[in-house]
Amino acid sequence: MNKMSSVHSLSRSPTSKKQAASVEFRNVTKRYGSVTAVDNVSFTIEPGQLVTLLGPSGCGKTTTLRMIAGLEMASEGQILIGDRDVTNLSAADRDVSMVFQSYALFPHMSVLENVAYGPSVQGVPKKDAYAMAMEKLEIIGLKGLEKRAPSELSGGQQQRVAVARALVLEPQVLLFDEPLSNLDAKLRRRVREDIRELQQNLNLTVAYVTHDQEEALAVSDHIIVMSNARIAQTGTPHELYEEPANLFVADFIGDANIITGDLASIAGPMAQVRIGGLNLQLPHRGAGQGPVKLAARPDAIFLDEAVQAGALAGTVRKTSYLGTQVEYDVESPIGNLFVVQYGRKEAIAPGTPVAISFSNQRGVAIIPDA
Amino acid sequence: MSRATLGWIVLSWVGFALLPWYGFDRSAAPTLADYFISGSGLVHGLRGAWWLLPILVPLGMALIPVARSSARPGTWLVASGLLGLALIVLQGFTIGLNGWTLDILRALFGEPGPNQAGMGYGAALTSASFLIVLCHGLAARGWCRGDTFVTSSIGVVIALIIVFVFFPVTTILASAFADNSGNFAPSEFVAKFMDKSIWGLDCLSSDLRCGVAWNTLFLGLLVAFGTTALGLAFALIATRTEFRYKKLLRVMSILPIITPPFVIGLALILLFGRSGALSAVLWEWFGVPRSRWIYGLPGVLIAQLLAFTPIAFLVLIGVVQGISPTLEEASQTLRAKSWTTFWTVTLPLMRPGLANAFLLGFVESLADFGNPLVLAGNYEVLSTKIFFAVVGAQQDQGRAAVLSIILLAFTLGAFWLQHAWLGKKVYTTVTGKGDSGIPLPLPRRVALASYFTAIPWALFTVAVYAIIIVGAFVRSMGRDYTPTFEHFITAFRVERADWGLYFSGSAWNSFFATVKVAALSAPLTAAIGLLTAYLLTRQRFSGQRSFEFGTLLSFAIPGTVVGVSYILAFNVPPIEITGTGFILVMCFVFRNMPVGVRSGIATLSQIDKSLDEASLTLGARSFTTMRRVVLPLLRPAIVASLVYSFVRAMTAVSAVIFLVTAEYNMATTYIVGRVEAGEFGLAIAYSTALILVMLLAIVAIQLVVGERRLGRRSASGAPSPIAVQAIP
Repeated sequence: MNKMSSVHSLSRSPTSKKQAASVEFRNVTKRYGSVTAVDNVSFTIEPGQLVTLLGPSGCGKTTTLRMIAGLEMASEGQILIGDRDVTNLSAADRDVSMVFQSYALFPHMSVLENVAYGPSVQGVPKKDAYAMAMEKLEIIGLKGLEKRAPSELSGGQQQRVAVARALVLEPQVLLFDEPLSNLDAKLRRRVREDIRELQQNLNLTVAYVTHDQEEALAVSDHIIVMSNARIAQTGTPHELYEEPANLFVADFIGDANIITGDLASIAGPMAQVRIGGLNLQLPHRGAGQGPVKLAARPDAIFLDEAVQAGALAGTVRKTSYLGTQVEYDVESPIGNLFVVQYGRKEAIAPGTPVAISFSNQRGVAIIPDA
Repeated sequence: MSRATLGWIVLSWVGFALLPWYGFDRSAAPTLADYFISGSGLVHGLRGAWWLLPILVPLGMALIPVARSSARPGTWLVASGLLGLALIVLQGFTIGLNGWTLDILRALFGEPGPNQAGMGYGAALTSASFLIVLCHGLAARGWCRGDTFVTSSIGVVIALIIVFVFFPVTTILASAFADNSGNFAPSEFVAKFMDKSIWGLDCLSSDLRCGVAWNTLFLGLLVAFGTTALGLAFALIATRTEFRYKKLLRVMSILPIITPPFVIGLALILLFGRSGALSAVLWEWFGVPRSRWIYGLPGVLIAQLLAFTPIAFLVLIGVVQGISPTLEEASQTLRAKSWTTFWTVTLPLMRPGLANAFLLGFVESLADFGNPLVLAGNYEVLSTKIFFAVVGAQQDQGRAAVLSIILLAFTLGAFWLQHAWLGKKVYTTVTGKGDSGIPLPLPRRVALASYFTAIPWALFTVAVYAIIIVGAFVRSMGRDYTPTFEHFITAFRVERADWGLYFSGSAWNSFFATVKVAALSAPLTAAIGLLTAYLLTRQRFSGQRSFEFGTLLSFAIPGTVVGVSYILAFNVPPIEITGTGFILVMCFVFRNMPVGVRSGIATLSQIDKSLDEASLTLGARSFTTMRRVVLPLLRPAIVASLVYSFVRAMTAVSAVIFLVTAEYNMATTYIVGRVEAGEFGLAIAYSTALILVMLLAIVAIQLVVGERRLGRRSASGAPSPIAVQAIP
């Protein structure tokens, strides 16, 4: 399988006049009978950005994506694409394409017919439609396979045909519904990089649904984390990881130790927090005095076998050696901690008493909504 | 506003202002002027038919959004469509051929009041346009994601079901509660309902006959039990043994489907009747006296067993194949002997399937009309009794309606049982995971039992069909075995006259009418059935459950009941279509549509919904998506429903026998007539010809529709789709 190497040299074809468009949700709600699938959601996707809708299954992220496509109609609220109200427009009338989880390639058409389907149903003459399709197949690196039936391609190739088919109309917005879930683990990393590259080179607005937080962190400009039909937090990958707004996001994005501390005093943007005898200077993020919950990333907790008096003392319960890193379960007065250490040659044996400390720079944050 | 909406608004005006509002008097040939303007609703309205004039209001309302673009088009269109339909229905049902149809109106406005004939092209077009305008309006208000194709399809299917299923059924219910002059008379209903000839139990205590309801139930239970047992034996042989002639079993299972229902009864008469072939042999060689034993319960029972065993076979073969071998292997590894495994695992897993086959056999027996008509003699069943209540010396429509209601209650009850009891109990043992087990060979005694039931029965079936073929080519079965083409010549003679070919054979008229009606109804049935299946599987709208119930209801109604109800409903204005070919076509469409719906649903649910959605997001509208994505993938279902509806239209007797006229005589009713006249040879010859035509048609449909292409790999070695499907 050849890579999408030609992507670099290509940008939006000069003939196309379309610009990437923004997508805006204003207080959108979707109900199925008594079930509320999406509850009063508002967000904006800026033009040319890749925004991921991230969340566990059943959180409403796919419904949100399908509402952008027009495959579901909002029960309440407004949807705008490129400042145009499309709330009541059907899918066929919106300038949006979608890459489906199952790829949804038409089994009775060849690869070329599949990709040319969009223009041909728009009334473009067959010859021109095929030319447009060939152009996109070339971008995607599938030239030479256009006569094949979809069933004769590998999973990765089928996925790229689906992308080519979605690109052929040069839509204002491109949607991906868990595009990597049918690929094996190694291929996944590469395809997600290809998608990101394609998006940046063609300057596309992309909405991308996934339940895999690593995938989301890797490809997105922005991530919208959804939980129970609502938006839990919106932000850049860095913001979500370092400053989770609530327990759900802290737990869902990466691993986090949720520990209880005591906010002693506030000075400017910073606050003095006591965690089991340790004092930490952290941004207060709107929390008041009193007990607070904190998220501590596993790699922001340090273990030291040289136990000093006065330090937070713990005991290693379990050790897993994973090559690049070593993972520990540590028993401590502030609860059981999950700790990851990188670049360590010798793992600490289970049963060893250790001193526990926290990173001052990053990885520990007060959770304001907890 | 879209051009399509505008077009329908124009059509509604055309229907009202230009086309003839009323149907033509069949005795007078219409002139060209009758077709345009002079017979239109508008002209009639101005000339005294004042009740047509209010229709101008909704017609005008539809124009408001055309004139003013600022007006909310959806609301106006919905209002116009609703009001228009309401007005047309109201005037149609209150003003009949002989004045007011309701006593209240007669009392209020005096007798007889205004009168009008049945609706014609204009009324039909205007009503249809109002309906579509209404649907477009609903789409504009955001129903079904604003898709006019979907809302219009739903509207059209619902309207057709209301007119051709619910309206006749309500009419029959109403007429059961009315006396002969049409007044409400519940006491008469009770009297008719409790009649001794229906519920009498004299046969238990004396020599007198039992009530017709008990007869019907008893026959139904016997047939259901027999077909299930025989079908199971065949299914076990076909799937679990090394039997060499399995393919033959498959062919035999298709044969009865393309056989007109009474042909088997006819063959039985030719074999066992007083002058039957076997009776003659028995008399001449063994001195067994000729008797009429075949006429009555034994004859009907044998004929129905022959006719419906294949249906049970087709149901049960799917059930037996569906049992995962791993379950049986699991049982064996737990050290159960093969007999124990069969008894404790295999058979219990088949229980829902067996019950399904049993209920189907029961319902088929109840609905069967052809065989009892030919064979039942003094053993009366409901379907024939209904027929004689309508056409016989009694001419008692109320009685026919009461009997119809009882029959309808039986079949609906059986379907309800099936739904309520089996709906939750289907043991799906075929999962997405690969099952690599090998089916357990049958325990010896089960295999032997199956062979001993199935093989004699198969031989008997072959003998019956041999009789049909032989009977067509000999002078007279049982008496004179001289080979002859005489029957074919009588039926299908073609003479060369000065002006060309002259089809002088006695069967040509009915033959052409049958082929015409079947060829018209098959594509319509397939189209409406598959459209319904598409709506049911691919769209979400409120009231979907009752929509589904409505489409499948017509399948549960026995043909005889359909026939009676169509006569009662469509013999008077506003919809006066008895005696036309149209009523035959519509009757077939709605009798056979459920098969199209089911095969459509089965195929569509295998096609991933995201294919449609992909097409939608690429800018194709629902209609384009349907044409370019769904239909090519639906080819097996198209073939199945085309074949089924064509074959059914060629072989049906029960509903049609009420609806035929001299002009539109159907092949089957013609054959029944010949049987009643004792011209068995002619009847058999005609039946053979019909079977041949159907086989040709099946092959032709396969060729025209073709197979679906799912990539080159599968296309080469793929087996052709099954042409004929079991009645589900």
